[in-house]
Amino acid sequence: MDARRNWQDLPDSEGRFGVYGGRFVAETLMPLVLDLERAYRQAQADPGFAETMAEFWTHYVGRPSPLYFAERLTAHYGGAKIYFKRDELNHTGAHKINNCLGQVLLAQRMGKTRIIAETGAGQHGVATATICARLGLPCVVFMGATDIERQKPNVFRMKLLGAEVRPVTSGAATLKDAMNEALRDWVTNVADTFYCIGTAAGPHPYPEMVREFQSVIGREARAQILLREGRLPDVVMACIGGGSNAIGLFHPFIDDEDVRLIGVEAAGRGIDDRFEHSAAINGGRPGVLHGNRTYLLQDADGQILEGHSISAGLDYPGVGPEHSYLHDIGRAHYLSATDDEALAAFQLCARLEGILPALEPSHALARVGDVAKEVGRDGLIILNLCGRGDKDVFTVADALGVTL
Amino acid sequence: MSTQRICAKFAALKRANRAALIVYIMASDPDHETCFEILKGLPEAGADIIELGFPFTDPMADGPSVQKAGLRALRAGGSLRQTLDLARRFRETDADTPLILMGYANPIESMGYDAFAANMGNAGADGAIVVDLPSEEDAPLREAFTKHDLSIIRLATPTANDQRLTKVLDGASGFLYYVSVAGVTGASAATTGAIETAVARLKRATDLPIAVGFGVREPVAAAAIARHANAVVVGSAIVDEIAIGEPAKAVERVLRKVRLLSEAVRSARALEGTPA
Repeated sequence: MDARRNWQDLPDSEGRFGVYGGRFVAETLMPLVLDLERAYRQAQADPGFAETMAEFWTHYVGRPSPLYFAERLTAHYGGAKIYFKRDELNHTGAHKINNCLGQVLLAQRMGKTRIIAETGAGQHGVATATICARLGLPCVVFMGATDIERQKPNVFRMKLLGAEVRPVTSGAATLKDAMNEALRDWVTNVADTFYCIGTAAGPHPYPEMVREFQSVIGREARAQILLREGRLPDVVMACIGGGSNAIGLFHPFIDDEDVRLIGVEAAGRGIDDRFEHSAAINGGRPGVLHGNRTYLLQDADGQILEGHSISAGLDYPGVGPEHSYLHDIGRAHYLSATDDEALAAFQLCARLEGILPALEPSHALARVGDVAKEVGRDGLIILNLCGRGDKDVFTVADALGVTL
Repeated sequence: MSTQRICAKFAALKRANRAALIVYIMASDPDHETCFEILKGLPEAGADIIELGFPFTDPMADGPSVQKAGLRALRAGGSLRQTLDLARRFRETDADTPLILMGYANPIESMGYDAFAANMGNAGADGAIVVDLPSEEDAPLREAFTKHDLSIIRLATPTANDQRLTKVLDGASGFLYYVSVAGVTGASAATTGAIETAVARLKRATDLPIAVGFGVREPVAAAAIARHANAVVVGSAIVDEIAIGEPAKAVERVLRKVRLLSEAVRSARALEGTPA
């Protein structure tokens, strides 16, 4: 673990986290990606940019989000104290807005006049549409036709916010195809368009940039736990789809080598060769997709597999490249939870804490009991409750056999 | 043999004072055997160089025509391995026509760069265009290709400034593929004037032959480009011929289209200055 000083320094100048990351895009996009990196560096160096972000965080998003002691859940498991970082209380109901705010402000700074985004469950689409409405920019959201059918309320939300939702029918018509279509739009509208990617993945500088915008979660959590408990936690944990909420929580703790970082992937109907899961790290292998090298669900020929999760937000065949790296070097550990385990955790959290978590963090909740017992009574755990479950009530009712 | 095959072809075309017609088809589209029949017939129909696509589930730089071709190929059991097999069978029937593989990085990553290059060499393929491997990312491919004397065909685009162009040309071999419009394959074409200006600029920057593609569908457009560029690439308009009618007549339709394009490209410079 002597290399840890380097962890904060990653990615390198080529956008690499070890062998992961990079800029695997069509040549037409290369000048745009390089241009974005320059603009991002300038924004980083400009205190005015950070001030504008902070202003929006406080008065529009509702940050800092509370660090909440989940007393009854802690008592239920009888292990370490469990704290929730309550990013589900943000405006639009998830951590997604932290990143959208940063990217769309950057787009505005670059003089871009049109924002595009991809969305799976619709949460990133809603967050992007929200910021675009606030900043007065036109917004086009690409969404798989299959997902549009599954997520009607979010589709209507985006429309209410003035965004155009463009159905994607290519491929399997889900999130990865929506991302392909957004990339095709970007390669076509190179002059005026900014692509707002929803997770800490894609070509460099997106994984780094999204991580930085999401790191507000970990910075707050670190300060809050020091204030509350007078010490750092033993474990910070979060669910992993693309992994932006997790990397945002992990990153400010990355040099604290006594703090364990635990990600929880979606094991769907079980991790095996049927690939009815979305656990890229636990059930996939490294490859190249959507601009970066990372763990992917793929067949022997390198064709990308669809995967499955009850949680639409985790239903993606890849994972952010930094997680692939943290996994390989052993700095972070990646567990998994099945659909059924997430459903049970969802219900338990609702009854014990009076909080309906989204199905995404329900995967982390499904493992928190094991971890709490292992760490023991003197321990401290921070779990990122990255989204609220209102959007999931129909899915949950359906899974429980309830007709609404 | 391989970089030489491309060089020999362009040298011969230069002597004949005409541009090359480069024809793109997707391997295993609509199925292996039909694809092989098309492949086998292409040189005689007038294709000077062949680009053989290998299918990928997520073709992020392709428009609807090539996307659909890829899905047809995957449904027919297409893969990188099958593509190499088609290349090998084609080479047994034709010793001179350069064969370029085209596709995305992940199937190659999955096979391994060295294995891919070795397999290409054994199959008699000459070079590759890997859409999502810009020069920043193709070092492992370059290394493997150098070992097996294969060409990396790089893409130049309208979004590249001089600095970018230098980067693109560093390590490029075979020919330079100019993507004439910012967009996906099969998108609307650039104007003849814009292409002429771009080709002139590229010729100042490199001695590599310049091939122009994206959005070229019809003989008239192909001929206009053939007056200035060293090669014209037609892809979407070819794979569309496979989809538009009875599968039994797909070979016939494709080769007819290639003949029309070839005729236009071959006569382009001879007819220059004569009224259309």
